[in-house]
Amino acid sequence: MLLPATGAAQIAAPLARPAPAPKTAPTSGKPYTPPKTPDGQPDLQGFWTNSTYVPLERPQGVTKEVYTPAEAEAAMKAAAAREAEQTEPGTTADVHYDFTQFGLDRSQSTVAQSLRTSLIVDPPDGKIPALNAQGQKRAAERAAARKTAGGPYDSVQNMPIGSRCIIMGGSGPPMMNAGYNANYQIVQSPGYVMILTEMIHDVRIIPLDNRPQPASGLRQWVGVSRGHWEGNTLVVETTNFNGKNAFRGGSENMKVTERFTRVADDMIDYKFTIDDPATWDKTWSAQAPLAKTEGPIFEFACHETNYGIANILAGARAEDKQKADPAKKGSN
Amino acid sequence: MRNQFLTRVTVAAIATCVATAVALVTAQTGGYRAPRGPDGKPNLNGIWQAINSANYDIEAHSAAPSPVLELGASGAVPAGLGVVEGGTLPYTPEALKKRNENRANRLKLDPEVKCYLPGVPRATYMPFPFQIIQSQKHIMLIHEYAGAVRTIYMADQTEAPADSWMGWSNGRWEGESLVVDTKGFNDSSWFDRSGNFHSDALHVVERITARSADTLNYEVTVEDPKVFTRPWKMSMPLYRRVEPNAQILEFRCVEFVEDLLYGHLKKPPSQ
Amino acid sequence: MRIRATTIFRVFASFVLFATFVVFVSAQAPSYKVPRTPDGQPDLQGFWSNATYTPLERPDNVSKEFYTPAEAAAVEKAAASRETEQTEPGTTADVHYDFTQFGLDRSQATLARTLRTSLIVDPKNGKLPPITPEGKKILAARAEEAKKLGGRWDSAQANQLDDRCLIMAGSGPPMMDAAYNSNYHIVQAPGYVMILTEMIHDARIIPLDSRPQPSANVRQWVGLSRGHWEGDTLVVETTNFNGKNPFRGSTEHMKVIERLRRVADDTIEYNFTVDDKSMWERAWSAEAVMRKTTGPLFEHACHEGNYGLYNTLVGARLEEQKAAEGAAKKDSK
Repeated sequence: MLLPATGAAQIAAPLARPAPAPKTAPTSGKPYTPPKTPDGQPDLQGFWTNSTYVPLERPQGVTKEVYTPAEAEAAMKAAAAREAEQTEPGTTADVHYDFTQFGLDRSQSTVAQSLRTSLIVDPPDGKIPALNAQGQKRAAERAAARKTAGGPYDSVQNMPIGSRCIIMGGSGPPMMNAGYNANYQIVQSPGYVMILTEMIHDVRIIPLDNRPQPASGLRQWVGVSRGHWEGNTLVVETTNFNGKNAFRGGSENMKVTERFTRVADDMIDYKFTIDDPATWDKTWSAQAPLAKTEGPIFEFACHETNYGIANILAGARAEDKQKADPAKKGSN
Repeated sequence: MRNQFLTRVTVAAIATCVATAVALVTAQTGGYRAPRGPDGKPNLNGIWQAINSANYDIEAHSAAPSPVLELGASGAVPAGLGVVEGGTLPYTPEALKKRNENRANRLKLDPEVKCYLPGVPRATYMPFPFQIIQSQKHIMLIHEYAGAVRTIYMADQTEAPADSWMGWSNGRWEGESLVVDTKGFNDSSWFDRSGNFHSDALHVVERITARSADTLNYEVTVEDPKVFTRPWKMSMPLYRRVEPNAQILEFRCVEFVEDLLYGHLKKPPSQ
Repeated sequence: MRIRATTIFRVFASFVLFATFVVFVSAQAPSYKVPRTPDGQPDLQGFWSNATYTPLERPDNVSKEFYTPAEAAAVEKAAASRETEQTEPGTTADVHYDFTQFGLDRSQATLARTLRTSLIVDPKNGKLPPITPEGKKILAARAEEAKKLGGRWDSAQANQLDDRCLIMAGSGPPMMDAAYNSNYHIVQAPGYVMILTEMIHDARIIPLDSRPQPSANVRQWVGLSRGHWEGDTLVVETTNFNGKNPFRGSTEHMKVIERLRRVADDTIEYNFTVDDKSMWERAWSAEAVMRKTTGPLFEHACHEGNYGLYNTLVGARLEEQKAAEGAAKKDSK
């Protein structure tokens, strides 16, 4: 039975779309020449998804870089089963609406298939490098700040950034699987590549004209991106992050380099490199394909209907009151 | 021989007709013909912004004090000659009452205060730039304010699959003009800060026409039989942001309104 | 304590005054050809003063339309000496700084002289027309509203508009003598005449292109002006007043028509008609003069330096506090 959604901020429930048959990643063969836009750019346009079961880091106990197709399918099936597991009625987990019923779980969406055991391709062990001394210090400071801020439901600012409808994982950069609605729309015009991330209607407009990065006083959640073509590969460099949504513990001085190459009609090869000497002593990189999916992209008006936050906070305050005065039962 | 002569005459006749038609069209836009993009269509790419006080009040209005005392002149309202053709909005009597209630309670009710998506056409004349990214199948309008996005479908057009804040837009070219037909709005956005509003029956048709290298004519017809007695029009120029390296920056305002919306739900400091 | 100008200087000045009136009367060249701006408008540009001792309405004890030059000079001398009268040390009036010492009194300004006994030329008696019954009601209602504001020192809003640095008499329209710094700067550009009033740096930008008057919902302190040329005369029509700055009692329905015509190198005739049937039974007109003066105009940052308003309010509150404390002391005895 579906309960009204109260726990999550992601209320927007798009219409379920039928999942096309998953395709395998292309093996090397005849080199693919992407079509061109009218102004001569390699054409990356269309609707794409980075929905995937492949984790960023290689799971414990796995040492190889690539699964066999059978192993990959088995890993996917196991993950899908976990995702679709029924929740126990009466538990907190059961309060959340059932993803599967709305077609939001990955098994019902187009998945960008990959045989990799991790998205990370460098370092070769498929794991994020260890934090350096500065990185550790920052992590400790952030943990301390979280402690001072109080409990998770004390104020809206203590809640996850995605629940607050400020920004979600699909935006990046680097652009990560959002968990559901992992959809993008790419539109190109002379001198620009535009990437629209479905959640939360986040647009990066990437200029291709070699303009300089802005001064360090300007900082953004998505940083500031600059792009250029190297042959058929779009290279996008992003700096000027504001540090409030640090990717895996990174600093505001992180530099992200993304490379987009269309390798088939229905696939873009997406690679990213993280360069953040204030956090890691070496760069590290990952590869995550974007698979063609069906449009259109629906409006994700997260903040406008964010009943979740208001209700959670109100509930927490009601609980506080009850704890403080157990005699007054049921009064709000 | 005879066929060739006829062909020549016919071709000449057609050419004259076309030339006249083109002249008529260009006469309407004051004779300006926008350069064509690589897609062969008028090139509307660029970063644009309205310069007027329409976001305060789309009807004619005098300057007025700030609704917030502490802001003083910074929060005060500049005057405006109005962007609504004919001057006054044709509300039904009940709708006019609601507009006036909206206006009296605008600090609490204006969706802009809460950083909600601005709807159409308000997004166009918010005091923030927006960028047009034009491809053959989709023309994107990307607004700096709240990161609002509009996709104008030039192909694969469908009806709105569901209601939304920014509506569902289908576009077509009519000569020099991009005509955008938008439906599928919810009833939650306003036209300005003064309480002018619409219902979910809102239907907006915009015409965007280049009038010079760095300006556009923006004309809007608004129809909403639940609120207005007849359709009405607004129009204004849009100006190109010509400074080098102009770009749309973030105005991610959700963070800025959290205390306003949820501050009263903050846990009080323990005694 | 004020310091007097020397008596000798004053005697010399009054002789020059008389001579100036004689010269003024005979200086009207009938065949003056007004120069043109580059875009062909008659050129009104420059720095002008409308400082004058001539009142709007004819004084009660005067019945003729024009003074003789001698009479005019005498009237001016009398007014000048009243203006520069010394104040009694220790009185409230003495608190104000001495105008004369700063060259601010009219006798030290460029005077826009006229032999007229009043600026009003119509009605012929030189007085404002009778007030309509509606006008009387409006005046009474205004008085009631003013009472609600309480005493002059109860709030900023209870003060005069000029003390609040909102607007002064030189702006108009119609543009009147401001008592000091009655200076204007006129600049013209294709399609526009701009009139800058020194106090309070108030600029009217008058378009000449027959655009329509805007909606009645746009109202301004200086109204909204539209201009056009009739021969060498600039005709400016102004409506859309906001009614917060009544001109001799006018309402927001006032319509002002001004006519500016340069009749000599150093003289602009400034005539105006006021039509406000909500207040007066009929329209009335006045004729004044603007005289070339030396520039430049200085910035009049009135509000930015408005210590006066602030200090008087503080002083009033302190006095109330003292009175309250005094009364409390009495009660406790």
